[in-house]
Amino acid sequence: MTFNASELLAVIAARQLHDDTTVFAGVGVPLLAAALAKRRHAPRLTMVIEGGIIGPQIAPGRLPVSTNEMRAGHRATMLPGITDAFLFAQRGFVDVGFMGGAQIDQYGNINTSVLGADYWKPKVRLPGTGGANDIASLCREVIIVTAHEKRRFVERVDFVTSPAWLRGDGSRRAAGLRFGGVSRVVTTLGILGFDPDSKRMRIEATHPGVSTDTVRQNTGFALLEAPRVEVTEPPSDDELAMLRALDPERRFLGT
Amino acid sequence: MGDSHLNPLEYDFIGARERTEAKRKSAGEKLTSLEDAVARVKDGDHVSVGGCLFSRTPMALMREILRHRRRGLTLSRNLTCNEGEMFMAAGAVSRVVTAWMSIGLPWGVSKILRHYVESGAVALEEWSHLALGLRFRAGAMGVPFLPALTMLGSDLVGVGGLKTVQDPYTGETLAAVPALFPDVAVLHVHRADRFGNCQIDGYPHMDADIARAATTVLVTTEEIMSEEETRRYPDRTVIPGFVVDALVHVPFGSFPHECYALYEADYDHFAEYTAAIDARGPSAVGEYLERYVYGPPAWSDYLDLFGGERLALQAKRAKELTR
Repeated sequence: MTFNASELLAVIAARQLHDDTTVFAGVGVPLLAAALAKRRHAPRLTMVIEGGIIGPQIAPGRLPVSTNEMRAGHRATMLPGITDAFLFAQRGFVDVGFMGGAQIDQYGNINTSVLGADYWKPKVRLPGTGGANDIASLCREVIIVTAHEKRRFVERVDFVTSPAWLRGDGSRRAAGLRFGGVSRVVTTLGILGFDPDSKRMRIEATHPGVSTDTVRQNTGFALLEAPRVEVTEPPSDDELAMLRALDPERRFLGT
Repeated sequence: MGDSHLNPLEYDFIGARERTEAKRKSAGEKLTSLEDAVARVKDGDHVSVGGCLFSRTPMALMREILRHRRRGLTLSRNLTCNEGEMFMAAGAVSRVVTAWMSIGLPWGVSKILRHYVESGAVALEEWSHLALGLRFRAGAMGVPFLPALTMLGSDLVGVGGLKTVQDPYTGETLAAVPALFPDVAVLHVHRADRFGNCQIDGYPHMDADIARAATTVLVTTEEIMSEEETRRYPDRTVIPGFVVDALVHVPFGSFPHECYALYEADYDHFAEYTAAIDARGPSAVGEYLERYVYGPPAWSDYLDLFGGERLALQAKRAKELTR
Protein backbone atom coordinates (compact mmCIF):
# COMPACT_ATOMS: atom_id res chain seq x y z
CA MET A 1 0.00 0.00 0.00
CA THR A 2 1.26 3.49 -0.75
CA PHE A 3 0.94 6.18 1.91
CA ASN A 4 1.31 9.92 2.32
CA ALA A 5 3.51 11.92 4.72
CA SER A 6 0.84 12.28 7.43
CA GLU A 7 0.14 8.55 7.39
CA LEU A 8 3.85 7.78 7.66
CA LEU A 9 4.20 10.16 10.62
CA ALA A 10 1.16 8.76 12.43
CA VAL A 11 2.23 5.14 12.01
CA ILE A 12 5.86 5.68 13.07
CA ALA A 13 4.75 7.84 15.99
CA ALA A 14 2.22 5.21 17.11
CA ARG A 15 5.01 2.63 17.31
CA GLN A 16 6.82 4.78 19.89
CA LEU A 17 4.02 4.20 22.42
CA HIS A 18 3.99 1.19 24.71
CA ASP A 19 1.22 -0.64 26.53
CA ASP A 20 0.48 0.18 30.18
CA THR A 21 1.59 3.80 29.79
CA THR A 22 0.00 7.23 29.55
CA VAL A 23 0.34 9.81 26.77
CA PHE A 24 -0.46 13.51 26.53
CA ALA A 25 -1.55 14.06 22.93
CA GLY A 26 -2.57 17.15 21.01
CA VAL A 27 -5.20 17.13 18.23
CA GLY A 28 -4.25 16.16 14.71
CA VAL A 29 -1.60 13.59 13.83
CA PRO A 30 -0.39 13.10 17.46
CA LEU A 31 -3.89 12.13 18.63
CA LEU A 32 -4.37 9.87 15.61
CA ALA A 33 -1.07 8.17 16.42
CA ALA A 34 -2.10 7.62 20.04
CA ALA A 35 -5.50 6.29 18.97
CA LEU A 36 -3.82 3.92 16.50
CA ALA A 37 -1.41 2.64 19.17
CA LYS A 38 -4.30 1.99 21.54
CA ARG A 39 -6.28 0.05 18.94
CA ARG A 40 -3.33 -1.90 17.59
CA HIS A 41 -0.72 -2.76 20.19
CA ALA A 42 -1.32 -0.78 23.38
CA PRO A 43 -4.89 -1.45 24.60
CA ARG A 44 -4.01 -0.35 28.15
CA LEU A 45 -2.65 3.02 27.00
CA THR A 46 -4.42 6.02 28.56
CA MET A 47 -4.70 9.26 26.62
CA VAL A 48 -4.69 12.57 28.44
CA ILE A 49 -5.96 15.55 26.46
CA GLU A 50 -5.23 19.17 27.20
CA GLY A 51 -8.90 20.16 27.42
CA GLY A 52 -9.02 18.40 30.79
CA ILE A 53 -9.84 14.92 29.55
CA ILE A 54 -8.60 11.51 30.69
CA GLY A 55 -9.13 8.19 28.93
CA PRO A 56 -11.23 9.17 25.89
CA GLN A 57 -12.04 6.57 23.23
CA ILE A 58 -11.52 8.46 20.02
CA ALA A 59 -14.34 7.40 17.73
CA PRO A 60 -13.67 6.76 14.01
CA GLY A 61 -14.98 9.67 11.97
CA ARG A 62 -15.35 11.77 15.08
CA LEU A 63 -11.86 13.19 15.46
CA PRO A 64 -11.79 16.37 17.52
CA VAL A 65 -10.60 19.61 15.89
CA SER A 66 -9.78 21.16 19.27
CA THR A 67 -8.69 19.67 22.60
CA ASN A 68 -11.80 20.93 24.36
CA GLU A 69 -14.69 20.26 22.03
CA MET A 70 -17.17 17.45 22.72
CA ARG A 71 -15.50 14.90 20.40
CA ALA A 72 -12.26 15.08 22.40
CA GLY A 73 -13.95 13.67 25.49
CA HIS A 74 -15.83 10.82 23.80
CA ARG A 75 -16.47 8.09 26.40
CA ALA A 76 -13.75 9.55 28.67
CA THR A 77 -13.18 8.13 32.15
CA MET A 78 -12.63 11.50 33.87
CA LEU A 79 -13.01 15.20 33.10
CA PRO A 80 -10.81 16.81 35.77
CA GLY A 81 -10.50 20.25 34.16
CA ILE A 82 -7.53 21.71 32.35
CA THR A 83 -5.35 22.74 35.28
CA ASP A 84 -5.69 19.37 36.98
CA ALA A 85 -5.04 17.44 33.76
CA PHE A 86 -1.66 19.17 33.54
CA LEU A 87 -1.03 18.61 37.24
CA PHE A 88 -1.17 14.84 36.62
CA ALA A 89 1.83 15.44 34.33
CA GLN A 90 3.58 17.63 36.92
CA ARG A 91 3.11 14.84 39.47
CA GLY A 92 4.83 12.36 37.10
CA PHE A 93 1.83 10.37 35.89
CA VAL A 94 2.32 11.10 32.18
CA ASP A 95 4.94 8.98 30.43
CA VAL A 96 4.99 10.50 26.97
CA GLY A 97 4.10 13.88 25.55
CA PHE A 98 3.36 14.00 21.84
CA MET A 99 3.98 17.40 20.23
CA GLY A 100 4.12 19.00 16.81
CA GLY A 101 6.46 21.87 16.05
CA ALA A 102 6.51 25.03 13.95
CA GLN A 103 10.24 25.72 14.32
CA ILE A 104 12.70 23.37 16.04
CA ASP A 105 16.40 23.80 16.82
CA GLN A 106 19.40 21.48 17.22
CA TYR A 107 18.66 21.01 20.95
CA GLY A 108 14.99 20.15 20.30
CA ASN A 109 13.60 23.46 21.54
CA ILE A 110 10.36 24.46 19.82
CA ASN A 111 8.99 27.83 18.79
CA THR A 112 5.25 28.26 18.26
CA SER A 113 5.10 31.89 19.45
CA VAL A 114 6.77 34.48 17.21
CA LEU A 115 9.08 34.81 14.22
CA GLY A 116 11.41 37.81 14.39
CA ALA A 117 13.56 39.34 17.11
CA ASP A 118 11.04 41.55 18.97
CA TYR A 119 8.44 39.52 20.85
CA TRP A 120 6.14 42.52 21.34
CA LYS A 121 6.29 43.50 17.66
CA PRO A 122 6.95 40.24 15.85
CA LYS A 123 7.44 39.71 12.13
CA VAL A 124 4.97 36.83 12.36
CA ARG A 125 2.74 36.16 15.32
CA LEU A 126 1.94 32.43 15.73
CA PRO A 127 -0.89 31.13 17.95
CA GLY A 128 1.35 30.44 20.98
CA THR A 129 2.23 27.67 23.39
CA GLY A 130 -1.16 26.38 24.43
CA GLY A 131 -0.09 23.42 26.56
CA ALA A 132 3.06 22.67 24.56
CA ASN A 133 5.39 24.35 27.05
CA ASP A 134 3.81 22.35 29.90
CA ILE A 135 4.04 19.06 28.02
CA ALA A 136 7.71 19.79 27.21
CA SER A 137 8.40 20.67 30.84
CA LEU A 138 6.43 18.01 32.70
CA CYS A 139 6.11 14.69 30.82
CA ARG A 140 8.63 11.92 31.54
CA GLU A 141 9.59 11.94 27.89
CA VAL A 142 8.61 14.06 24.88
CA ILE A 143 8.34 12.90 21.29
CA ILE A 144 8.05 15.53 18.58
CA VAL A 145 6.15 14.63 15.42
CA THR A 146 6.75 16.92 12.45
CA ALA A 147 7.26 17.25 8.72
CA HIS A 148 10.97 17.41 7.91
CA GLU A 149 11.63 20.76 6.19
CA LYS A 150 14.73 22.94 6.19
CA ARG A 151 12.75 26.04 7.20
CA ARG A 152 11.48 24.19 10.30
CA PHE A 153 14.83 22.73 11.41
CA VAL A 154 16.85 25.84 12.26
CA GLU A 155 20.09 26.28 14.18
CA ARG A 156 18.49 28.64 16.70
CA VAL A 157 14.77 29.19 17.18
CA ASP A 158 13.70 32.84 17.31
CA PHE A 159 11.92 32.15 20.59
CA VAL A 160 11.96 29.14 22.93
CA THR A 161 8.27 28.43 23.55
CA SER A 162 8.76 24.82 24.64
CA PRO A 163 12.08 23.87 26.22
CA ALA A 164 13.90 20.67 25.32
CA TRP A 165 17.63 20.65 26.06
CA LEU A 166 17.88 24.50 25.91
CA ARG A 167 21.57 25.10 25.08
CA GLY A 168 22.79 21.57 25.94
CA ASP A 169 25.42 21.12 28.68
CA GLY A 170 23.02 20.61 31.58
CA SER A 171 21.21 23.89 30.90
CA ARG A 172 17.80 22.21 31.18
CA ARG A 173 18.62 20.97 34.66
CA ALA A 174 20.15 24.32 35.61
CA ALA A 175 16.92 26.12 34.67
CA GLY A 176 15.07 24.03 37.25
CA LEU A 177 13.63 21.49 34.79
CA ARG A 178 14.41 18.37 36.81
CA PHE A 179 12.51 15.90 34.68
CA GLY A 180 11.81 14.82 31.13
CA GLY A 181 13.09 16.33 27.91
CA VAL A 182 12.74 15.48 24.24
CA SER A 183 13.91 11.95 23.46
CA ARG A 184 13.01 11.64 19.76
CA VAL A 185 11.86 13.63 16.78
CA VAL A 186 9.77 11.57 14.37
CA THR A 187 9.85 13.19 10.95
CA THR A 188 8.83 12.45 7.38
CA LEU A 189 12.45 11.45 6.65
CA GLY A 190 13.40 9.41 9.71
CA ILE A 191 13.82 9.41 13.47
CA LEU A 192 16.18 11.84 15.18
CA GLY A 193 17.49 11.58 18.71
CA PHE A 194 20.01 13.44 20.84
CA ASP A 195 23.65 12.80 21.65
CA PRO A 196 23.69 11.71 25.31
CA ASP A 197 26.48 14.15 26.21
CA SER A 198 26.13 17.25 24.06
CA LYS A 199 22.32 16.91 23.67
CA ARG A 200 22.68 17.93 20.03
CA MET A 201 20.32 16.34 17.52
CA ARG A 202 21.48 13.25 15.67
CA ILE A 203 20.14 10.88 13.02
CA GLU A 204 19.06 7.57 14.56
CA ALA A 205 17.01 6.07 11.75
CA THR A 206 15.94 6.86 8.21
CA HIS A 207 12.78 5.76 6.44
CA PRO A 208 13.28 3.23 3.60
CA GLY A 209 14.78 4.90 0.52
CA VAL A 210 15.91 8.00 2.42
CA SER A 211 19.67 8.61 2.70
CA THR A 212 21.34 10.38 5.60
CA ASP A 213 22.45 12.96 3.03
CA THR A 214 18.83 13.73 2.21
CA VAL A 215 18.12 14.19 5.92
CA ARG A 216 21.06 16.60 6.21
CA GLN A 217 20.03 18.54 3.09
CA ASN A 218 16.64 19.14 4.65
CA THR A 219 18.02 20.32 7.99
CA GLY A 220 19.25 23.86 8.71
CA PHE A 221 22.05 22.80 11.06
CA ALA A 222 24.77 20.16 11.26
CA LEU A 223 23.28 16.85 12.41
CA LEU A 224 25.28 14.28 14.36
CA GLU A 225 24.84 10.60 13.62
CA ALA A 226 24.14 7.71 16.00
CA PRO A 227 26.82 4.98 16.03
CA ARG A 228 24.40 2.80 14.06
CA VAL A 229 21.72 4.36 11.87
CA GLU A 230 18.71 2.06 11.54
CA VAL A 231 16.20 1.87 8.72
CA THR A 232 12.56 1.99 9.82
CA GLU A 233 10.00 -0.59 8.79
CA PRO A 234 7.55 0.99 6.35
CA PRO A 235 3.91 1.23 7.49
CA SER A 236 2.23 -2.13 7.05
CA ASP A 237 -1.09 -2.60 5.24
CA ASP A 238 -2.62 -3.48 8.57
CA GLU A 239 -1.40 -0.29 10.27
CA LEU A 240 -2.55 1.86 7.36
CA ALA A 241 -5.97 0.25 7.25
CA MET A 242 -6.53 0.84 10.98
CA LEU A 243 -5.28 4.40 10.73
CA ARG A 244 -7.49 5.22 7.75
CA ALA A 245 -10.49 3.78 9.53
CA LEU A 246 -9.95 6.34 12.30
CA ASP A 247 -10.06 9.29 9.89
CA PRO A 248 -12.41 8.34 7.06
CA GLU A 249 -13.03 12.02 6.31
CA ARG A 250 -9.25 12.53 5.86
CA ARG A 251 -9.50 15.47 8.23
CA PHE A 252 -5.92 15.12 9.46
CA LEU A 253 -4.50 12.49 7.12
CA GLY A 254 -5.00 14.74 4.09
CA THR A 255 -5.04 13.61 0.48
CA MET B 1 13.07 41.38 24.47
CA GLY B 2 11.58 44.52 26.01
CA ASP B 3 9.59 44.89 29.18
CA SER B 4 7.18 42.34 30.46
CA HIS B 5 3.64 43.56 30.84
CA LEU B 6 2.84 41.83 34.11
CA ASN B 7 0.75 44.24 36.14
CA PRO B 8 1.59 44.12 39.91
CA LEU B 9 -2.07 44.80 40.74
CA GLU B 10 -2.89 41.40 39.26
CA TYR B 11 -1.08 39.51 42.04
CA ASP B 12 -1.80 41.96 44.88
CA PHE B 13 -3.39 39.39 47.20
CA ILE B 14 -3.86 41.91 50.01
CA GLY B 15 -5.78 44.34 47.83
CA ALA B 16 -7.85 41.51 46.36
CA ARG B 17 -8.69 40.23 49.81
CA GLU B 18 -9.71 43.73 50.96
CA ARG B 19 -12.01 44.16 47.96
CA THR B 20 -13.67 40.82 48.64
CA GLU B 21 -14.02 41.55 52.38
CA ALA B 22 -15.68 44.88 51.57
CA LYS B 23 -18.05 43.33 49.07
CA ARG B 24 -21.70 42.44 49.64
CA LYS B 25 -21.85 38.64 49.73
CA SER B 26 -25.51 37.95 49.40
CA ALA B 27 -27.49 34.72 49.36
CA GLY B 28 -30.27 36.78 47.77
CA GLU B 29 -31.64 37.31 44.29
CA LYS B 30 -29.04 37.67 41.50
CA LEU B 31 -31.21 37.51 38.40
CA THR B 32 -30.96 40.57 36.20
CA SER B 33 -30.59 41.68 32.57
CA LEU B 34 -27.46 41.50 30.41
CA GLU B 35 -27.41 45.29 30.29
CA ASP B 36 -27.53 45.66 34.07
CA ALA B 37 -24.92 42.91 34.61
CA VAL B 38 -22.43 44.44 32.19
CA ALA B 39 -22.85 47.95 33.62
CA ARG B 40 -20.42 46.68 36.31
CA VAL B 41 -17.58 46.52 33.76
CA LYS B 42 -15.48 49.71 33.60
CA ASP B 43 -13.02 51.04 31.03
CA GLY B 44 -9.53 49.66 31.76
CA ASP B 45 -10.77 46.63 33.72
CA HIS B 46 -9.08 43.25 33.64
CA VAL B 47 -11.78 40.84 32.45
CA SER B 48 -11.20 37.08 32.74
CA VAL B 49 -13.26 34.91 30.45
CA GLY B 50 -14.55 31.43 31.30
CA GLY B 51 -14.83 28.41 29.05
CA CYS B 52 -12.01 27.52 26.68
CA LEU B 53 -11.55 28.36 22.99
CA PHE B 54 -14.99 27.70 21.42
CA SER B 55 -16.31 25.79 24.41
CA ARG B 56 -18.74 27.47 26.86
CA THR B 57 -17.62 31.01 25.94
CA PRO B 58 -19.80 33.64 27.70
CA MET B 59 -20.64 35.11 24.30
CA ALA B 60 -23.79 37.00 25.35
CA LEU B 61 -21.88 38.81 28.12
CA MET B 62 -18.96 39.58 25.81
CA ARG B 63 -21.29 40.89 23.12
CA GLU B 64 -22.92 43.14 25.69
CA ILE B 65 -19.51 44.48 26.83
CA LEU B 66 -18.80 45.41 23.22
CA ARG B 67 -22.24 47.05 22.92
CA HIS B 68 -21.33 49.13 25.98
CA ARG B 69 -18.26 50.31 24.00
CA ARG B 70 -15.79 49.67 26.80
CA ARG B 71 -12.17 50.66 26.10
CA GLY B 72 -8.67 49.77 27.34
CA LEU B 73 -9.65 46.37 28.70
CA THR B 74 -7.28 43.52 29.46
CA LEU B 75 -8.75 40.16 28.52
CA SER B 76 -7.41 36.95 29.98
CA ARG B 77 -8.44 33.50 28.82
CA ASN B 78 -6.49 30.26 28.58
CA LEU B 79 -7.23 29.69 24.89
CA THR B 80 -8.62 32.71 23.04
CA CYS B 81 -10.93 32.29 20.06
CA ASN B 82 -12.76 34.72 17.75
CA GLU B 83 -14.33 36.57 20.69
CA GLY B 84 -10.80 37.93 21.24
CA GLU B 85 -10.66 38.96 17.58
CA MET B 86 -13.93 40.86 18.00
CA PHE B 87 -12.51 42.75 21.00
CA MET B 88 -9.35 43.60 19.04
CA ALA B 89 -11.27 44.83 15.99
CA ALA B 90 -13.66 46.85 18.18
CA GLY B 91 -10.73 48.65 19.81
CA ALA B 92 -11.95 47.44 23.20
CA VAL B 93 -8.83 45.59 24.34
CA SER B 94 -5.23 46.76 24.74
CA ARG B 95 -3.75 43.59 26.23
CA VAL B 96 -4.61 39.91 25.89
CA VAL B 97 -3.26 37.41 28.42
CA THR B 98 -3.48 33.91 26.97
CA ALA B 99 -1.68 30.67 26.12
CA TRP B 100 -2.94 30.43 22.54
CA MET B 101 -5.07 32.39 20.13
CA SER B 102 -6.81 31.44 16.85
CA ILE B 103 -10.09 29.62 16.20
CA GLY B 104 -8.64 26.13 15.81
CA LEU B 105 -6.48 23.95 13.58
CA PRO B 106 -8.84 23.73 10.55
CA TRP B 107 -9.14 27.52 10.35
CA GLY B 108 -5.41 28.29 10.43
CA VAL B 109 -3.41 30.96 12.24
CA SER B 110 -5.67 33.91 13.05
CA LYS B 111 -5.12 36.77 10.62
CA ILE B 112 -6.71 39.13 13.13
CA LEU B 113 -4.26 38.08 15.84
CA ARG B 114 -1.44 38.69 13.36
CA HIS B 115 -2.77 42.08 12.26
CA TYR B 116 -3.23 43.57 15.74
CA VAL B 117 -0.22 42.02 17.47
CA GLU B 118 2.37 42.39 14.70
CA SER B 119 1.50 46.10 14.41
CA GLY B 120 1.91 46.51 18.17
CA ALA B 121 -1.69 47.73 18.58
CA VAL B 122 -2.48 44.97 21.08
CA ALA B 123 0.02 43.36 23.48
CA LEU B 124 -0.26 39.58 23.67
CA GLU B 125 1.14 38.36 26.98
CA GLU B 126 1.69 34.64 26.63
CA TRP B 127 1.69 32.19 29.54
CA SER B 128 1.72 28.42 29.32
CA HIS B 129 -1.68 26.77 29.64
CA LEU B 130 -0.94 25.32 33.07
CA ALA B 131 0.72 28.52 34.27
CA LEU B 132 -2.38 30.52 33.41
CA GLY B 133 -4.52 27.89 35.14
CA LEU B 134 -2.31 28.20 38.22
CA ARG B 135 -2.56 32.00 38.06
CA PHE B 136 -6.34 31.66 38.41
CA ARG B 137 -5.96 28.97 41.07
CA ALA B 138 -3.57 31.11 43.13
CA GLY B 139 -6.16 33.87 42.82
CA ALA B 140 -8.88 31.46 43.94
CA MET B 141 -6.71 30.48 46.92
CA GLY B 142 -5.96 34.08 47.88
CA VAL B 143 -2.18 33.64 47.73
CA PRO B 144 0.29 35.76 45.70
CA PHE B 145 1.86 32.85 43.79
CA LEU B 146 2.02 29.09 43.46
CA PRO B 147 5.21 27.08 43.06
CA ALA B 148 5.31 24.99 39.89
CA LEU B 149 7.67 23.02 37.68
CA THR B 150 6.49 24.46 34.38
CA MET B 151 7.54 27.35 32.08
CA LEU B 152 11.09 27.33 33.49
CA GLY B 153 13.99 27.93 31.09
CA SER B 154 11.76 29.08 28.20
CA ASP B 155 11.53 32.56 26.68
CA LEU B 156 7.99 32.81 28.06
CA VAL B 157 9.65 33.67 31.39
CA GLY B 158 10.71 37.09 30.09
CA VAL B 159 7.35 37.78 28.38
CA GLY B 160 5.19 37.37 31.45
CA GLY B 161 7.82 38.46 33.97
CA LEU B 162 7.73 35.07 35.71
CA LYS B 163 10.05 34.88 38.71
CA THR B 164 11.58 31.82 40.29
CA VAL B 165 11.81 30.91 43.94
CA GLN B 166 14.15 28.61 45.79
CA ASP B 167 12.37 25.80 47.61
CA PRO B 168 13.17 26.41 51.32
CA TYR B 169 13.16 22.64 51.93
CA THR B 170 15.16 21.11 49.06
CA GLY B 171 16.87 24.15 47.57
CA GLU B 172 15.44 23.40 44.10
CA THR B 173 14.51 26.20 41.69
CA LEU B 174 10.74 26.50 41.16
CA ALA B 175 8.57 28.75 39.05
CA ALA B 176 6.69 31.22 41.26
CA VAL B 177 3.56 31.56 39.15
CA PRO B 178 1.91 34.85 40.11
CA ALA B 179 -1.76 34.99 41.08
CA LEU B 180 -4.23 36.66 38.78
CA PHE B 181 -7.00 38.55 40.56
CA PRO B 182 -9.16 39.95 37.73
CA ASP B 183 -11.56 42.85 38.23
CA VAL B 184 -14.35 40.95 36.52
CA ALA B 185 -15.08 37.33 35.66
CA VAL B 186 -17.54 36.58 32.85
CA LEU B 187 -18.81 33.00 32.80
CA HIS B 188 -21.46 30.87 31.13
CA VAL B 189 -22.87 27.81 32.93
CA HIS B 190 -25.42 25.09 32.26
CA ARG B 191 -27.64 25.68 35.29
CA ALA B 192 -28.02 28.11 38.16
CA ASP B 193 -30.70 28.94 40.68
CA ARG B 194 -31.76 32.57 41.01
CA PHE B 195 -29.36 33.05 43.92
CA GLY B 196 -26.38 32.29 41.69
CA ASN B 197 -25.53 28.75 42.77
CA CYS B 198 -24.04 27.33 39.55
CA GLN B 199 -23.69 23.87 38.00
CA ILE B 200 -21.53 22.99 35.00
CA ASP B 201 -21.81 19.80 32.92
CA GLY B 202 -18.94 18.20 31.01
CA TYR B 203 -15.68 20.09 30.85
CA PRO B 204 -15.19 22.25 33.96
CA HIS B 205 -12.42 24.32 32.30
CA MET B 206 -11.14 27.00 34.73
CA ASP B 207 -14.45 28.68 35.58
CA ALA B 208 -14.64 27.78 39.27
CA ASP B 209 -11.14 29.16 39.91
CA ILE B 210 -11.79 32.31 37.85
CA ALA B 211 -14.99 32.99 39.82
CA ARG B 212 -13.16 32.88 43.16
CA ALA B 213 -10.22 34.91 41.90
CA ALA B 214 -12.29 37.83 40.56
CA THR B 215 -13.67 40.82 42.42
CA THR B 216 -16.91 40.94 40.43
CA VAL B 217 -18.56 37.84 38.93
CA LEU B 218 -21.07 37.96 36.06
CA VAL B 219 -22.74 34.71 34.99
CA THR B 220 -25.13 33.69 32.23
CA THR B 221 -26.94 30.38 32.46
CA GLU B 222 -28.68 28.12 29.96
CA GLU B 223 -31.28 27.15 32.51
CA ILE B 224 -32.69 28.44 35.79
CA MET B 225 -33.16 25.65 38.31
CA SER B 226 -35.19 25.72 41.49
CA GLU B 227 -33.68 26.20 44.92
CA GLU B 228 -35.00 22.70 45.65
CA GLU B 229 -32.83 21.24 42.89
CA THR B 230 -29.75 23.02 44.22
CA ARG B 231 -30.38 21.64 47.69
CA ARG B 232 -31.05 18.14 46.40
CA TYR B 233 -27.71 18.00 44.52
CA PRO B 234 -25.35 20.34 46.44
CA ASP B 235 -22.38 18.23 45.26
CA ARG B 236 -23.05 19.57 41.76
CA THR B 237 -22.60 23.23 42.75
CA VAL B 238 -19.20 24.52 41.55
CA ILE B 239 -19.73 28.23 42.22
CA PRO B 240 -21.65 29.24 45.36
CA GLY B 241 -24.23 32.02 45.16
CA PHE B 242 -22.42 34.46 47.45
CA VAL B 243 -19.56 34.66 44.92
CA VAL B 244 -21.90 35.75 42.11
CA ASP B 245 -22.89 39.40 41.59
CA ALA B 246 -25.19 39.16 38.60
CA LEU B 247 -26.91 36.26 36.88
CA VAL B 248 -28.72 36.35 33.54
CA HIS B 249 -30.84 33.62 32.00
CA VAL B 250 -29.53 33.28 28.42
CA PRO B 251 -30.32 30.07 26.50
CA PHE B 252 -27.76 29.50 23.72
CA GLY B 253 -25.61 32.04 25.58
CA SER B 254 -22.37 30.68 24.04
CA PHE B 255 -23.50 30.47 20.44
CA PRO B 256 -21.87 30.09 17.88
CA HIS B 257 -19.54 28.38 20.36
CA GLU B 258 -20.50 25.08 22.00
CA CYS B 259 -22.08 24.24 25.32
CA TYR B 260 -21.32 20.66 26.37
CA ALA B 261 -24.18 18.26 25.56
CA LEU B 262 -26.54 21.16 24.73
CA TYR B 263 -25.31 22.46 21.36
CA GLU B 264 -22.32 22.04 19.09
CA ALA B 265 -20.21 24.96 17.85
CA ASP B 266 -21.24 26.22 14.42
CA TYR B 267 -18.23 25.28 12.25
CA ASP B 268 -19.97 26.57 9.11
CA HIS B 269 -20.24 29.95 10.78
CA PHE B 270 -16.49 29.90 11.57
CA ALA B 271 -15.81 29.02 7.92
CA GLU B 272 -17.93 31.95 6.67
CA TYR B 273 -16.30 34.29 9.17
CA THR B 274 -12.73 33.31 8.22
CA ALA B 275 -13.60 33.33 4.49
CA ALA B 276 -14.74 36.95 4.85
CA ILE B 277 -11.44 37.83 6.57
CA ASP B 278 -9.48 36.02 3.84
CA ALA B 279 -11.36 38.04 1.21
CA ARG B 280 -11.52 41.48 2.80
CA GLY B 281 -8.94 41.54 5.58
CA PRO B 282 -9.51 42.82 9.13
CA SER B 283 -12.33 45.13 8.00
CA ALA B 284 -14.45 41.97 7.68
CA VAL B 285 -14.52 41.77 11.48
CA GLY B 286 -15.80 45.35 11.60
CA GLU B 287 -18.65 44.31 9.30
CA TYR B 288 -19.24 41.26 11.49
CA LEU B 289 -19.49 43.48 14.58
CA GLU B 290 -22.10 45.68 12.86
CA ARG B 291 -24.16 42.68 11.86
CA TYR B 292 -23.89 40.52 14.99
CA VAL B 293 -23.01 42.89 17.86
CA TYR B 294 -24.07 46.50 17.34
CA GLY B 295 -27.09 45.77 15.11
CA PRO B 296 -29.35 43.30 16.92
CA PRO B 297 -30.44 44.93 20.20
CA ALA B 298 -31.32 41.81 22.22
CA TRP B 299 -29.68 38.37 22.40
CA SER B 300 -32.86 36.87 20.92
CA ASP B 301 -32.47 39.20 17.90
CA TYR B 302 -28.89 37.99 17.60
CA LEU B 303 -29.97 34.33 17.67
CA ASP B 304 -32.57 35.10 14.97
CA LEU B 305 -29.66 35.80 12.60
CA PHE B 306 -28.73 32.12 12.90
CA GLY B 307 -32.34 30.92 12.86
CA GLY B 308 -34.20 28.34 14.93
CA GLU B 309 -33.50 25.55 12.48
CA ARG B 310 -29.74 25.99 12.81
CA LEU B 311 -29.95 26.13 16.62
CA ALA B 312 -32.09 22.98 16.69
CA LEU B 313 -29.61 21.18 14.43
CA GLN B 314 -26.65 22.14 16.63
CA ALA B 315 -28.58 20.94 19.69
CA LYS B 316 -29.32 17.61 18.01
CA ARG B 317 -25.64 17.16 17.11
CA ALA B 318 -24.53 17.82 20.68
CA LYS B 319 -26.88 15.12 21.95
CA GLU B 320 -25.45 12.65 19.43
CA LEU B 321 -21.86 13.54 20.34
CA THR B 322 -22.37 13.07 24.08
CA ARG B 323 -24.64 10.06 24.00
